[in-house]
Amino acid sequence: MLNYVIRRLLVAVPTLLILIIICFYLMQTAPGGPFTSERPLPPQVLANIEAKYGLDQPHYKQLYNYVVGIVTQFDFGPSYQYKDRSVNDIIAQGFPVTLTYGFISFVVATIVGVSLGVVAAIRHNTALDYIAVGATFSAQALPNFVMAPILIYVFTLKLGLLPGGGWNGGQWQYLIMPVIALSTSFFASVARITRSSMLEVLNSNFIRTARAKGLPETTIIWRHALKPTLMPVVSYLGPAFVGMITGSVVIDIYFSTGGIGRFYVNSALNRDYAVMLGLTILYGGLTVLFNLLTDLLYAWLDPKIRY
Amino acid sequence: MGMVKDPERVEAIADNIADAREVKGRSLWQDAMGRFVHNKAAVGSVFILAGILLFAIVGPYFAVWSNEEIDWARMGNVADVGQPSFENGHFFGLDSIGRDLYSRTIQGTLTSLMVGVVGAMVAVVIGTLYGAISGFVGGWVDNLMMRTVDILIAIPYMFVIILLMVIFERSLIMLFVGIGMFSWLDMSRIVRGQTLALKHKEFIEAARAAGVGWFVIVVRHIMPNLLGVVVVYATLLVPGMIMAESFISFLGLGVQEPNTSLGALISDGAGTILYDQVWQLAIPLTFFLTIVISLFFIGDGLRDALDPKDR
Repeated sequence: MLNYVIRRLLVAVPTLLILIIICFYLMQTAPGGPFTSERPLPPQVLANIEAKYGLDQPHYKQLYNYVVGIVTQFDFGPSYQYKDRSVNDIIAQGFPVTLTYGFISFVVATIVGVSLGVVAAIRHNTALDYIAVGATFSAQALPNFVMAPILIYVFTLKLGLLPGGGWNGGQWQYLIMPVIALSTSFFASVARITRSSMLEVLNSNFIRTARAKGLPETTIIWRHALKPTLMPVVSYLGPAFVGMITGSVVIDIYFSTGGIGRFYVNSALNRDYAVMLGLTILYGGLTVLFNLLTDLLYAWLDPKIRY
Repeated sequence: MGMVKDPERVEAIADNIADAREVKGRSLWQDAMGRFVHNKAAVGSVFILAGILLFAIVGPYFAVWSNEEIDWARMGNVADVGQPSFENGHFFGLDSIGRDLYSRTIQGTLTSLMVGVVGAMVAVVIGTLYGAISGFVGGWVDNLMMRTVDILIAIPYMFVIILLMVIFERSLIMLFVGIGMFSWLDMSRIVRGQTLALKHKEFIEAARAAGVGWFVIVVRHIMPNLLGVVVVYATLLVPGMIMAESFISFLGLGVQEPNTSLGALISDGAGTILYDQVWQLAIPLTFFLTIVISLFFIGDGLRDALDPKDR
């Protein structure tokens, strides 16, 4: 197991480094520096500003300083557009929000998806199964950027039940629509994976043995079938998490929840490269970390994997 | 020969045998076709998708307004007079700044379909070749190639694509480059697995014994046998590509005006829904959902047809 952890870490660290290097050099090739404006600054002023941010140093040195800053001080650098605020400030302000609704959506998608999948598999080829399959098929085609406007139209504009946006400290009324919008397509995927996995497990020999022993159906499902069923679901959690992180950008824009996504897209539209770079690396780091965790969880759960 | 009394009968029997053999010997593809045709949802989806494609190709000939023209007479009051109507030639109504939504929807549908198909094709070509070579050559080459994929696959590609679109000029080409860079990774893993299974089959050994070079074996003998898996996965990849493009366009970072895609249209429509201009969201959304769901059904049907084990 320890060997496996080390091996996975050996993949995770280069992944992050490659991501940082790709993004960093993409930024460098971008036309125009962060301080080119329509009214050109006097050369001395420009030189002073660039010296302040360390932009007069060679690229590899800037990259080195940047990586060292992240690793030693968790410092993602300043924003070039807003002089009074660093990338760290943006993260501190927006990340708790994103994390809150992201985590809730993740839990909701997993629980609803697994339950729906298990029920559909147990009632295989009944009306219930067909309804579940149809529902998940349609739900899978409803990504967050489609769900968000539909939800606002129905619940805010037509029914007037829920506030159309805002955060308000994470009150539950403000959470409902972001969570539904973010989790719909993922609960559908989880349900489909669970259903087909459960069907396969229920047809396997050890379940037949359990049935032959005369165990009650609930014991068979809960004690014997559920754990192997969940294995493929666990391996889907990594991609699901990535999808949620990406989706949070849409949620932040659409529901004005105040998470990082809004800053991310604004920085993209305003070409605030420092913020973009910092947030991309943050998102990338989270992804790599989470993939690592799910892989370890998988290895720990599955007795067949022993590296 | 002397024992046969009736040569005509022998011939007839021979004919029968020959015929019977022809009837019995169905290929994998004929079998798959048979199974696919019995899947009503999949066949229905093929027709629906063909219908949409036909509409997108023939539709422009019926358009009264082009996709760039602004209907100045109605643009000031889109909410009241911009609804879909046959009288003024705006079959799908107007968009938020007074352009004809019918022409724009057709244009967006074509763009989205093209992104999906091209993206999937790039994934098929690169992924199949990469995976087949990796699996067939084996050893340290395989190790190196697959570790590279491990690293690339862990990168949240959407953010890199957005970065590309921001830094370089926003264009369809850049979008293809960005999507193409990452879409082949899963494909290469799947293909590698299949190649490993095929590698030690007798016909490959035979080719090797006959002195065929490794690259020719990969291209001529391994790849045709991977076709089933590749076709299934490619079909499921198309809706994924369409969704990825729509996501980027939704953020306002995708295709640029006057070009449009279903994602950009949905984004526009989502913005004006507050003023009750529902059709601006409903129409592109209907096209988007119909295309994506049809592709899901077709992909699922193909999987059941081509890979009967994995039901």
